[in-house]
Amino acid sequence: MGPFESGADSVGIPSPPADVRRPDRRYPVDSSGVEISVTEWGSESDPPLLLAHGGFDFAETLNRFAPMLADGGYRVVSWDQRGHGDSAWAHLYSWDADVRDAATVLSTIGGGAIPFVGHSKGGSLVMSLAEVAPHRVSSLVNLDGLPSGNNMPDVSEHERTRLQGEEMRAWLAHRRSLVERQRRPGTLEELAERRGRMNPRMTTEWLQYLVTVGARRDPDGWRWKLDPTMRFGGSGPWRPEWSMLRLPGLGKPMLGVVGKEPEVMGWGTTEADVIPYLPRGARVVGLDGVGHFVHIEAPRLVADMILEFLA
Amino acid sequence: MTRTDEGRADGPISLRHNRIELALHRLSPDKSTAQCRPLLLLHGLGEHTLDVGLMGMTWSGPIYGLDFTGHGASTVPVGGGYTSEVLLGDVDAALAELGPVTILGRGLGAYVALITAAARPDLVHGAVLCDGPGIAGGGVQPGSPALAYPPPWGVNAEATSPDPFALVELSRDVRPPDYAQNLLRLASDDSTLERVFYIAAVARPEWLAVLVNQPGVHVGTVEEALDYYSTEA
Repeated sequence: MGPFESGADSVGIPSPPADVRRPDRRYPVDSSGVEISVTEWGSESDPPLLLAHGGFDFAETLNRFAPMLADGGYRVVSWDQRGHGDSAWAHLYSWDADVRDAATVLSTIGGGAIPFVGHSKGGSLVMSLAEVAPHRVSSLVNLDGLPSGNNMPDVSEHERTRLQGEEMRAWLAHRRSLVERQRRPGTLEELAERRGRMNPRMTTEWLQYLVTVGARRDPDGWRWKLDPTMRFGGSGPWRPEWSMLRLPGLGKPMLGVVGKEPEVMGWGTTEADVIPYLPRGARVVGLDGVGHFVHIEAPRLVADMILEFLA
Repeated sequence: MTRTDEGRADGPISLRHNRIELALHRLSPDKSTAQCRPLLLLHGLGEHTLDVGLMGMTWSGPIYGLDFTGHGASTVPVGGGYTSEVLLGDVDAALAELGPVTILGRGLGAYVALITAAARPDLVHGAVLCDGPGIAGGGVQPGSPALAYPPPWGVNAEATSPDPFALVELSRDVRPPDYAQNLLRLASDDSTLERVFYIAAVARPEWLAVLVNQPGVHVGTVEEALDYYSTEA
């Protein structure tokens, strides 16, 4: 039994997969009034490594992958982003706020420059963190989190304008629907099935396990802890190339891992999209037969690649 | 988004936008004598409605002013996270309450007026874009990276208005000119007005300069603009 399992509420909960390990430590940090839940795996005396989860995930989706890095000799420090996992639901969400929260977590870790690893949104997040605190990053690992301009269909200007209008109206429809919004309760199996729609390559066993660590059990059923008012994407002018144009200037070793199987949560980015932007000495590896969640589908392979890269 | 409070006769109307209570101030006499749709004032960055006031404007209908999130009598959120799109949601809450309006926006409020007119062309009957704090935003693309930390007052202490996070984050808001042109197209396509926007601002950052001489845009004074919109059905 892991350190956070009381056993009191375990009736009807499937036993966890054999190779997962819940965090060894969990503690809150205050990011300008928003409580951020930090998780750690591995010995406190090992060199630290910062690990960021993707959008609509949470730190404990790393319960299989993070221990592999910890067992490779690192104190792995991760956190639940605002509105995710056990961190507080915020009034507002933005990229600047996420980067600030990440910097707050980083500021609690001593040890000068350390490796940053991030998946998906977390990959972009640690890339931003490397830009705002270049003295704190020793190397960067991006797990299928490099945006591509190529997934914007080649459409006419008129069509693009129309799409922008639809996007804005969808944003406002979402904003008007939020007051007192709650997550829909369900059985453990139902929550796993719902998440499976966005994570179609994951096993039922894994999805059901995520419910046990990422949802809470209310009297009327299980609910994901994710803030129900969050939404993928806004309606603003952000462009993927803005992120990519920062990449060539990164002055530290970098490893990119790209899952080559297209899926709903991914960017659809290929190695060829990324190569022109890579900083000197960086490399990007595409994994055949693996989807967006490279660290969950192929944890041992990806962990070993990272440990070898850092060695 | 719902109206949660009728408001006292002398107090603002309270509107709900997700976890924020927004203050919508009625600045002119009641609706009963009104001959025209409401005029909605959007203040600039760091300002608030009652601070700006009417500035000598006259309008033949009721006049309202909305305090944006983190400003004036509206909720000051914890831990920042501002974007112009959040403020667009603020204005949309006011539109849900007021129905069709003409907007007059100052600075940041002028940019939010442009976005709102694009997103709700059926509810925004013309907008006047005026000088004011926050008119420039963060330029046409992201600048040098920096952590968006506010000045030290108010953080981790009593909520202060305007929210220091709003001052910092909304002055970094990126506004590409081609994006502004798209917004103009969206606002113009279904509009019956010949002049969808009046540019009264003298300071014209790229997002605003690109609109000058475009179809649907007229340059003129606030007085000319209000006169035009109050007579155009």
